[in-house]
Amino acid sequence: MSADAAAAQPKPLNTIQAVNRALDEALGLDPNVILLGEDIGDAEDGGVVGVTKGLSSRHGTARVRTTPISEQAIIGAAIGASIVGMRPVAEIMLMNFTTVAMDMIVNHAAKLRFMSGGQTHVPITIRTMTGAGFGTGGQHADYLEAWFAHTAGIKVVAPSSPADAYGLLLSCIFDDDPCLFIENMPSYWTPGPAPQPGVRIPLGKAHVLRAGSDVTLVSYSRTVSDCTAVAGKLALEGVSAEVIDLRTVAPFDLETILDSVAKTGRAVIVHEAVTPFGVGAEIASRINEELFGQLHARVERVGANFSPVPFAKPLESAHVPTLARIESAVRATLKQRRK
Amino acid sequence: MNPPSQPVPPSQPAPPSHPVPQSQSSQPSSQVLIDIYRRMSLIKQNDERFLSTIKAGKIVAPYYSPRGQEAIPSAVSVCLSDEDYICTIYRGFHDMLAKGMPIKLLWAEVAGRATGTCKGKGGPMHITHPATGIMVTTGIVGSSMPIANGLALATQIRGEKRVTVAYFGDGASNIGAFHEALNMAAVWKLPVVFVCQNNGYGEHTRYEVATSAAHVADRAAAYRIPGVTVDGNDPLAVYAAAKQAVERARAGQGPTLLEATTFRFNGHVFGDADAYMRKGEKAAAMAHDPVPKYRAWLIERQIADEGTLAGIEARIGADIDAAVEFALGSPAPDLAELHLDVFGPAGGFSGEVRV
Repeated sequence: MSADAAAAQPKPLNTIQAVNRALDEALGLDPNVILLGEDIGDAEDGGVVGVTKGLSSRHGTARVRTTPISEQAIIGAAIGASIVGMRPVAEIMLMNFTTVAMDMIVNHAAKLRFMSGGQTHVPITIRTMTGAGFGTGGQHADYLEAWFAHTAGIKVVAPSSPADAYGLLLSCIFDDDPCLFIENMPSYWTPGPAPQPGVRIPLGKAHVLRAGSDVTLVSYSRTVSDCTAVAGKLALEGVSAEVIDLRTVAPFDLETILDSVAKTGRAVIVHEAVTPFGVGAEIASRINEELFGQLHARVERVGANFSPVPFAKPLESAHVPTLARIESAVRATLKQRRK
Repeated sequence: MNPPSQPVPPSQPAPPSHPVPQSQSSQPSSQVLIDIYRRMSLIKQNDERFLSTIKAGKIVAPYYSPRGQEAIPSAVSVCLSDEDYICTIYRGFHDMLAKGMPIKLLWAEVAGRATGTCKGKGGPMHITHPATGIMVTTGIVGSSMPIANGLALATQIRGEKRVTVAYFGDGASNIGAFHEALNMAAVWKLPVVFVCQNNGYGEHTRYEVATSAAHVADRAAAYRIPGVTVDGNDPLAVYAAAKQAVERARAGQGPTLLEATTFRFNGHVFGDADAYMRKGEKAAAMAHDPVPKYRAWLIERQIADEGTLAGIEARIGADIDAAVEFALGSPAPDLAELHLDVFGPAGGFSGEVRV
């Protein structure tokens, strides 16, 4: 690559920078976009990890508002403002803190469109971060997406890369339904290719990251990179694994999953949330409903151990899906041949 | 209880801890006084017809009667326009009717018909009618307040002059959301009026059993906003306090907590046997029914004559007749509605689960 071409290449960025860029652009595009959240203003350091740095200075503290530590009031304010046409982005610092605002999210944000017969709707985005790896223990690292996916009326989006975070967040902000946007905290600082400026990634569409013919790996958020790593390793042995990044967890892109599994006959679903009653169970069930008889192996699920997230490093590392567990699940499907 | 005069000291449960400062402009015109009565009469007649229709089995719906609390939203609503917003709760039929809710759309919704304001999908606890500013009705105790803040936040950011009223009961003042919402509204000086209708009971539990504050309005002091307790059965007292609170909000001076003491005549929910109430308590309250009492006062003060008020009542009766006929004659929602309004038009993803 020439020096000129290298200069023209956009610099890689991490998820903090990508989310910041999307928020900045959304605030610039539409006066109805506002940000609400704890510590998000520049006077408070632009967020606990600096995701919103610079935004209150550029767009004003009226629109980029540091809130009290009051999750119900934050989501309530976002809902009320959205009903009359604003597009609030409410930050709930950590996903575990959404539990404090469940009434507002589940009983109100998700349901007002239906309960009002379509007279009102709630175009809010709830940004939240989570993920094991920082030794934060049982109340700061859970993946709770299944709870929200189980509620009719809310979309759940979980990007796996900086560029996806940018494009998906813009789509969430300008979508007319409430969106829960899950950011993985331990991978916040991992750089990735820069997004195309202004290009929104459609919600509800999965991304086939790697094409393959022997087995389908379905994942979202942080564990997508684990799946591509396992797929890369198995490729050295001649195993062709397809990796699907759901991007939108709910409502998920069933069509892309079915097209893939119809081709491979094998599926492994991987997520960082605990396995029982999880997203993997729903996807496995839908595959079973649609492709029963075409499967070469039973559908495998790989998720976290069914316990709170532990503190001690060896426990925490073993709690979440490991590369070894994902690989072993894939190998289990390859051993089976039911036709 | 004395006949209403200007102003009337609150009679229950105790005197106000924060007396209402009387501004000169708080004396309502005859037109306003009669308008308050029209709204009160509408609420009372509508309640009586809901109850008789439900008892007759013509409508099957959970019903939380606001009977006895008519004066509060009637006096508040004459200070508001269609541009102003309200968030109310499952008992808030009086709040909606006072705000201008079209009766036909209300009845059709409570009857679960396709012609209801929410197409029969919300029901009595989720009445919505944005054209008259009825933005959210919640079935969750305490949840009207945080959402009211958001409506007011939009107004503030846009530089509009709208006021948002959050209605709720005394029971809701013990929920965390109340405190979160009042604090946020106070910190941000949001144009909200928090109207607590203290009817002495949170569901079946007496106020003092569940609430440490002598008055709900006392809690305003913690948030450094005005807190006012008035006799909620006295339209003039409510009007004076509401007018001041609404003017304050509209002028960008922030929220007010207005507590209006009252009593509910039909218990918590239709079918409630009132066994938890003190003996004679309800009968005593009903003997001071605010609606006929205010009516008599209007006539006595020669603000309106019998014929005028009878005419107003007759028109309301005819409107309700028409609403009942409209509702009961309307079709049930189409089953296709099950799949509509879950997500917006852009939400019909290929992967959407349809049952």
